[in-house]
Amino acid sequence: MIPSGFEYHRPSSVQDAIRLLNENEDAKILAGGHSLLPMMKLRFAEPAHLIDLNGLAELKGIRLDGDTLCIGAMTTENELIDSDLVKQHCPLLVDVAKLVADPQVRNRGTVGGDVAHGDPGNDHPAVMLALDAEFVIQGPDGERRQAANGFFLGTYWTGLEEGEVMTEIRIPPIPANGGYGYNKLKRKTGDYATAGSTVVLELDGASCKEIRIGLTNVAPMAIRAEAAEDLLRGQNIDEALIEQAAELVMQACDPAEDLRGDIQYKTHMAAEMTRRSIRDALARAGS
Amino acid sequence: MAKQHISFSLNGEQIDALVEPRELLVHTLRETLNLTGTHIGCETSHCGVCTVDLNGVSVKSCTVLAMQAHEGEVTTVEGLANGELHAVQQAFIEEHGLQCGFCTPGMLMRAQRLLQENPDPSEEEIRWGMAGNLCRCTGYQNIIKAVQSAAKKLQQEA
Repeated sequence: MIPSGFEYHRPSSVQDAIRLLNENEDAKILAGGHSLLPMMKLRFAEPAHLIDLNGLAELKGIRLDGDTLCIGAMTTENELIDSDLVKQHCPLLVDVAKLVADPQVRNRGTVGGDVAHGDPGNDHPAVMLALDAEFVIQGPDGERRQAANGFFLGTYWTGLEEGEVMTEIRIPPIPANGGYGYNKLKRKTGDYATAGSTVVLELDGASCKEIRIGLTNVAPMAIRAEAAEDLLRGQNIDEALIEQAAELVMQACDPAEDLRGDIQYKTHMAAEMTRRSIRDALARAGS
Repeated sequence: MAKQHISFSLNGEQIDALVEPRELLVHTLRETLNLTGTHIGCETSHCGVCTVDLNGVSVKSCTVLAMQAHEGEVTTVEGLANGELHAVQQAFIEEHGLQCGFCTPGMLMRAQRLLQENPDPSEEEIRWGMAGNLCRCTGYQNIIKAVQSAAKKLQQEA
């Protein structure tokens, strides 16, 4: 299987990439390529121009800006796993990256590509919702920032406009009295999630001060389980409340039936992944 | 589309090739450079038989454009033996780490890189580190044994 013909561009800078993207009709950005190239082989995508960001060192790397963790969009999954800064400031992302695909794919696949592609099966979008991350986006009119919340609009549809490039992901710290939980059900290595749930919460004493629940692959895009969050916010979370929240999670789900399961199964698995993630988050916040 | 010139190091030797932009690295290796040790399996980045080293990391060469190897370093299974068999090759023979042999080039290439990343892996770490390579004969047990055996031998030599 070979993609149909295209012109290949190796930009010298992000500015150059944006210029190429805007000057050429039907141009696409190539990040890690492990979603786009398979789609091109199957002719689901036939861009006339490919703009390869892999040579751009300015899009790589992980740094701290105050207490915000800043991750270059072209940082690979394995670079996340190996990063001392990520281990220290956002171990959740290490847990997530370890369950993405397999070692070879993690050497190519990038966090920015995973977020910007808009596939509801990708792992980072729902995690970014739960982390309340912010995306740095550059376009012909300069740089802008957009919150993860509100960015995921539908399948392969995000807040990234045509002609724009995502350059960085900014992740605020999880507070000292906070915790996270990440649970992903998958059939085998390399498969997308049957269902996944990320929970990030903050406690005030025994009470849940803030909570965000992000769900993977149970709707046309990554979603927040907002009704469940509203139920739990301000409460002392116990098993009875977790059960009520799980019911609300199921009401938020709108999965597509496929080989991973039917609608009912996936919906129930999203609830179960959320129960586990809430318990994990509480345990981490309490320790 | 017109062919374009790429230049890269292949098994330690500088190579020039003309490739179409849409050409995948595995096709260039097999069809242009006649190195057929790297196999083509699923072509969807699942099975890992096309695994090679690109710039010091394992990649699936069915999902990398040949253009992306430009000015890089590629090692294929043909580059493993250096006068004598590489420790992972010898260990796959001794531990019977293959049945039909189709997945073996990818297994060898991933195993030698894994042992550079982690010279003393636990069994669980080997299984996690080799998880991108499938064996349709399901001969995984002996593959794990072979990687363990190669790890021991390489550590003794170090």
